[in-house]
Amino acid sequence: MWLYALRRILYAVPIALGVSIICFGLVFLAPGDPLGSLLPPDASQADIEYLRGVYGFDRPLPVQYFDWLMRVASGDLGNSIQSGRPVLTEISHALMNTVMVSFGAVAIAFSIAFVLGTIAAYHLGTWVDRTVTGLSIAGVSVPNYWFGVVLVIVFAVEFNLLPAMGMGSGGSDNFSIFEWEQLKYAILPITTMSLVPLGVIMRNTRSAVADVLSQDFVQALRAKGLGEWAVARHTIRNALPQVLAVMGLQFGYLVGGSILVETIFNWPGTGFLLGKAILTRDVPVVQGVVLVLAICFVITNLCVDLIQTAVDPRIKRG
Amino acid sequence: MTDATFDTSSRSAAPRVRSYWQSVGHRLSYDHVTLLFAGIILLVVLSAVFAPWLTSIDPNKPQMIARLKPIGTAGRWLGTDELGRDMLARLLYGGRVSLAMGLVPVALATLIGGFLGVVAGYAGGFVNTAIMRVMDVFYAFPSVLLAVAVSGMMGGGMLNGLLALTLVFIPPLCRISETATAQVRSLDFVEAARASGAGMGSVIVHHILGNVLGPVFIYASSLISVSVLLAAGLSFLGLGVEPPTPDWGLMLSALRQAIYIDPMLCALPGVAIFITSLSFNMVSDGLRQAMDVRQ
Repeated sequence: MWLYALRRILYAVPIALGVSIICFGLVFLAPGDPLGSLLPPDASQADIEYLRGVYGFDRPLPVQYFDWLMRVASGDLGNSIQSGRPVLTEISHALMNTVMVSFGAVAIAFSIAFVLGTIAAYHLGTWVDRTVTGLSIAGVSVPNYWFGVVLVIVFAVEFNLLPAMGMGSGGSDNFSIFEWEQLKYAILPITTMSLVPLGVIMRNTRSAVADVLSQDFVQALRAKGLGEWAVARHTIRNALPQVLAVMGLQFGYLVGGSILVETIFNWPGTGFLLGKAILTRDVPVVQGVVLVLAICFVITNLCVDLIQTAVDPRIKRG
Repeated sequence: MTDATFDTSSRSAAPRVRSYWQSVGHRLSYDHVTLLFAGIILLVVLSAVFAPWLTSIDPNKPQMIARLKPIGTAGRWLGTDELGRDMLARLLYGGRVSLAMGLVPVALATLIGGFLGVVAGYAGGFVNTAIMRVMDVFYAFPSVLLAVAVSGMMGGGMLNGLLALTLVFIPPLCRISETATAQVRSLDFVEAARASGAGMGSVIVHHILGNVLGPVFIYASSLISVSVLLAAGLSFLGLGVEPPTPDWGLMLSALRQAIYIDPMLCALPGVAIFITSLSFNMVSDGLRQAMDVRQ
């Protein structure tokens, strides 16, 4: 186990380096001179020369990359062209907001999906099972940016129950989920985000529980005279690690892919920041957000793997 | 007729041996749900292809005095958008762009990813490590993030969106075909083909591909729905198709401003995206069961 953990962590290092190369390379995807994307169209020649020196665009690529990597490793992601503030400061505020709604969404999705998926597995092939399977496919087929708009139509426009967008007067610094006045701003984003994980977790729970139920030991437990609830306890214990792993991955996807939902609700998270930065061609922020989100995703995957190996003794990796 | 005559009718009733594809077709013919959704896909495709025959209205012709007409207006059965353009015409023509954005990246990625995967799986060793480790790096990005970052940095537009989506789908398809190839490669019949002097190209074409295409095809079909959703999402963010081209994602984002005036109207393009993506998902699911591919 420890050997596996060590190897798994060491394996994440080259991946992280690869991720950094891609983030570094993003600048060169922009059409024209990489400096062109950093500068406003009316920049003077002196500004151009100054920035060329700062970014070192006149030096060979590997040197540029190494310099950039060294700066990133020391926590310096540069300054935002739009706001002038350090990119890292902007991202850390936004990341908290995104993690908060993503966590809420996955938690809600898991609690509903696990129950429904288990019920479906107990009724394989019946209309209950077909309904749950249909729901889970519908969940992953709904464009969530549209679902968000529909929620706004219903709850904000028609019934005026919940705010349509934003984060309330408190802003992200003193946001508290325990106060209704602030919590109500998070409800629609969380609901919208929970749709895809709901479908995915439901489907995985169904197949995991059905798998366990078809195993011999369940038959043995029943033959021994255990009640259905006691059998269910054993079944769930066996199916849970796999479902939790799926849930962890879904959390990673939500944090990384929050741009659409956050754009609809103007929720000040990393996705919203990224969307704004792309439209204003704020390259340091784009680079920084993509890098931080991808590294978060790598770390989430790593944690899911390690926790699953630790929790489930049947998985022997070496 | 005498008793001695051999009764041929009972003989023909003996189970016929079906080929693989015949049995897949047979199973599908009993799967009414999959057939229903396949029919919907066919309708969506046909209505997009034959859009000019289905409506005589120009989807890009604005009409300032007829803006945001509600659903059911005479002559404008699905209403008009924020510039007074006919919604039905825009939805029909929009299907062309949205379907293309769903299908083309998956097709390209299947070709490129499938090729890389077969090469990696067949060659093994250093080639395998080199290809698969690069794919691992792309795996480290959630798909939405990679698509947005790449198309955003390239400056948006339909072509850049297509390229970004293709890039997103190459790694998973490469991984699937690598796994399938590696599994088949060490089997006896491949060994036998090689021992009898077949070259690498001929082994791959005649013995490997037949076993790899099934899983790759099924996986690719499940990506179409993702691609439709992502492509419309890119347009929604302003990174895909550019106005005034009709596209479902773009229509959704433009109509969002009219949400307080006519909520039903804004929901329409989303319904089109939802039905298309749901149908592709259902058909892919049905195909997976009929072809009995486990993933």
